[in-house]
Amino acid sequence: MSSPLRRDDVAHVAKLARLTLSSAELDMFTEQLGQVLEHANDMSSLNLEGVKPTAHPFELLNVVRADEIRASLDRDEVLAMAPDAQDGRFAVPRIMGEAP
Amino acid sequence: MKSAAQTVADVASGASSANEELDRSLGAIRARNDELNVFLYVDEVGARRQADAVDEKVRRGEDPGVLAGVPIAIKDNLCQRGIPTTCSSRILEGWRPPYSATVIERLLAAGAVPVGKTNLDEFAMGSSTENSAFGPTKNPLDPTRVPGGSSGGSAASVAADMTPIALGSDTGGSIRQPAALCGVIGVKPTYGLVSRYGLIAFASSLDQIGPFAKDVRDAAILLEAIAGHDEMDSTSLPEPAPSLSAHVDDGVAGKRIGLVRDLVDGADDEVVDAVEGAAQVLRDAGATIVEMSIPEFRLGLSAYYILAPAEASSNLARYDGVRYGLRVDADDVTAMNEATRTAGFGDEVKRRIMLGTYALSAGYFDAYYGQALKVRTMMIDAFARAYRDVDLLLGATTPSVAFKLGSKVSDPMAMYLSDIFTIPTNLSGEAAVSVPFGTGEAGLPTAVQLLGPARSEARLFAAARILEIAEGR
Amino acid sequence: MTLPGEWEMVIGLEVHTELQTATKMFCGCANHFGSEPNTNVCPVCLGLPGSLPVLNERAVELAMAIGMALHCTIAPSTFHRKNYFYPDMPKDFQISQYDLPINKGGFLDLPDASRVSIERAHLEEDTGKSTHLGGTGRIHGAERSLVDYNRSGVPLVEIVSGPDIRSAAQARAYASELRGILIATGASDGRMEEGSMRIDANVSVRKAGEPFGTRCEIKNLNSLRSLVRAIDFEARRQIELIEGGGVVRQETRHWDENLGATSTMRTKEEAEDYRYFREPDLVDLAPDDAWQQRVRDGLPKMPAERRALLSARLTSSTEAQFDAVEVVIDLNLETYVHAALDAGVDPALALARAANELAGDIDNLGHLSSEGFCATLLMEQRGDLSATQAKTVLGEQLAHGGDPASIAASLGFERLSSESLEGTVATLIEQFPDEWARYREGDEKLAQFFIGQVMKVTKGQANGKLVVEQLQARR
Ligand SMILES: [Mg+2]
Ligand SMILES: [Zn+2]
Repeated sequence: MSSPLRRDDVAHVAKLARLTLSSAELDMFTEQLGQVLEHANDMSSLNLEGVKPTAHPFELLNVVRADEIRASLDRDEVLAMAPDAQDGRFAVPRIMGEAP
Repeated sequence: MKSAAQTVADVASGASSANEELDRSLGAIRARNDELNVFLYVDEVGARRQADAVDEKVRRGEDPGVLAGVPIAIKDNLCQRGIPTTCSSRILEGWRPPYSATVIERLLAAGAVPVGKTNLDEFAMGSSTENSAFGPTKNPLDPTRVPGGSSGGSAASVAADMTPIALGSDTGGSIRQPAALCGVIGVKPTYGLVSRYGLIAFASSLDQIGPFAKDVRDAAILLEAIAGHDEMDSTSLPEPAPSLSAHVDDGVAGKRIGLVRDLVDGADDEVVDAVEGAAQVLRDAGATIVEMSIPEFRLGLSAYYILAPAEASSNLARYDGVRYGLRVDADDVTAMNEATRTAGFGDEVKRRIMLGTYALSAGYFDAYYGQALKVRTMMIDAFARAYRDVDLLLGATTPSVAFKLGSKVSDPMAMYLSDIFTIPTNLSGEAAVSVPFGTGEAGLPTAVQLLGPARSEARLFAAARILEIAEGR
Repeated sequence: MTLPGEWEMVIGLEVHTELQTATKMFCGCANHFGSEPNTNVCPVCLGLPGSLPVLNERAVELAMAIGMALHCTIAPSTFHRKNYFYPDMPKDFQISQYDLPINKGGFLDLPDASRVSIERAHLEEDTGKSTHLGGTGRIHGAERSLVDYNRSGVPLVEIVSGPDIRSAAQARAYASELRGILIATGASDGRMEEGSMRIDANVSVRKAGEPFGTRCEIKNLNSLRSLVRAIDFEARRQIELIEGGGVVRQETRHWDENLGATSTMRTKEEAEDYRYFREPDLVDLAPDDAWQQRVRDGLPKMPAERRALLSARLTSSTEAQFDAVEVVIDLNLETYVHAALDAGVDPALALARAANELAGDIDNLGHLSSEGFCATLLMEQRGDLSATQAKTVLGEQLAHGGDPASIAASLGFERLSSESLEGTVATLIEQFPDEWARYREGDEKLAQFFIGQVMKVTKGQANGKLVVEQLQARR
């Protein structure tokens, strides 16, 4: 898992994360992210076969709430936060494709 | 400055009033905030209203609460209804949340007086409070130096006597490290002890809200007031708040404390001296000090800088210009999202988003994210083994005293290394306290870290109190 | 549709159903269709910074009920985040179950006795809804879009079948049977037109006996009719493509109801990298035996069992009766039918009146008791009411309620006396001597002719059976 992180990888990741990078930024981030990934290589040499991954520090189970209605927010307050709103809805520029 | 405990006693007895305490706090903020950039927003109106309510309760002979009249600083990643909440990011500039964090509700119910929102590294990503879109905070003890981070503003507020107590959040050391650098107490409670509802997420499985205070008793009182189950947070521990302030003077007699080499090695000499001095003080107080090594701790940094960015990359996706905060216009929604995020986030945030996106992406998931989750398990097991032998662990909080502003900003990896001693506790979800102890370079405070298993806060406070007494506080 | 040559379709369906809970999946906002936009929203379902999800207990129980009805194993499960940007998704990730779903490995038996395997049925949250301004009002060509988050966070169960379906008709039968189950469990209202049940179809073709071909996924089929048309179109498209020497590309396709065609939405190369990972804000779900048993105890009978119980009481098995049973089960009319059968009503009559008269006025069933239904049908069966009169009396009961005997009396539906019927029949025999002669010579078809004439004279008030008795008596 040695990670010579390539410029293309960073460009791809920036696209996935919806960030635009200048050419200089692309160079800078490629180097900096590469350093972190290189440091992370100390984990790759470990044989962790059979070790259970931990996603939560403590194992809580079945935390649920009763199906009871609670007050929603006031629409005027909600839409006052919006950069753009129309007809009681949040307004956005055109959407180019359907949801995946 | 008067302690929170003394303030509560004075306000309740009528020797002082919440309004007088608030005046003193606002005066201190006015005196030094321009210089230090501690507060991003001071809520004079709301604070005055709350102080009036507390004074009115005292007048009517009602219980004004366990934090009656105590001014408190709030890290600006905690939502407070109607109060600008920015996370020190352009992307949230001007946003006023329509709801309050559970901790804010609990503080208000306890009679505390939130005076304003403190500066932080953008989205709590950093160790110096220099990654703020609204300028760095300066260390009140030496304004040419950083206060640490990410909760640098809250640590500085207490260090500069602007408020006796403050709230911060700790994902990889963001309470303990600035506490150490500013010479105050900082507590990273057990994960789930304090509700995260209303804490703007950085890395959800690591984030935990906790107190800053001038002394251990105040930290215990504050933590008691905000801890306990919250039905709005699924990861909140199912029990009520533990009794903490009653145990501050329990001492350490008969306790076994592990001095962990891996939490000292590589630190500056004065820091190593502080840890060894602290060990001697604890030994003198009746504890047994056991030298030990937990080599897994060295893997913490690697695991953390995969796991935290991975969660962050997902948590920060919502800042897309659609519903709140910044929008940079563009022809279509995708271009708008991208323009908004590119303009709204600083470099450190972008770095972590991209790192996390990479670690989760197809083809790299197992090698990075999957492996880091397993290292996290190793870390938890290593702590558990240690706690079979000892009650608490002792080490340094941070490798050095407060460093100079600007000295690490261009080298992210060097900055990340400031968290090397604090990260293991976040990965295990357990508790730790940073206590000022000793003096280092330029007369600046050094600090030691006490670590304990889940729900060991009372034990940690008792040990911290022993060190505090030895330091003459 | 029959396919050319030895071609065969291979179809798997993903059915999304909204759950009929009072509140959303992770917050206390009302789960209600048709509210004013953005009135059922809160920090959680708007994805405001700092908000956290807490799982709705009822949503879990409805998901378990669906799983149980589909013979799935209820398994320990986890929630994941599915990351992608879209303006109707407030957090820019969807909370869904990924490798560990709450229900796995079941099956659904269809009325034609075929079995479709169920791979999984998992919980996830719905998105908000966009409307598109400018252009045609569709997403393409719109100038801007408006988003309503009322639906954001509504609980969904996604039911994924195995690739076991072999025709559009079978796909329709599967969807329809599944819909019946969802309604029976109380999990869903099954209203496809309101989007509370939506179907994605994975379609491929192969020559019988060959391995599976490359599949295309058709998104968001919102009626059974679209499902059938889209599958037929897509299968034919793939066959023509292959027979023309082309290859099918794995892709996601969009169904255009007006054009009656599917078109490329996204190719495999353009597929999103969802970066699934465990949702750190939710804990694991592992319903214990007691919780499962509580849900199981609350399960009503499923359509298949109800269908079997009803079919077992039929005296003959005609196509018409089979269809009527379907309607009766679908619309939950069996209490009426069983009551009528208990009272001695002929099964064909009971089924016909339920599947036509009751089914046609389903919203007014509250006015009609099963006693009222039985009484009316018994009057018809005895000849006290003609078929037309019985239908009128049922209609009146549905509209305003009331006792059938008094309704019949108030409408003047007195039973035609046998003397007056005799007179009518005698007159007609004189009027139509040729027809009468042929009837006497054994042409039974002419009985219908005379019944028709009697009905004309009596304005439909005569009982056909009694007319035949009269005719036979005079033969
Ligand atoms: Mg899905
Ligand atoms: Zn909501």
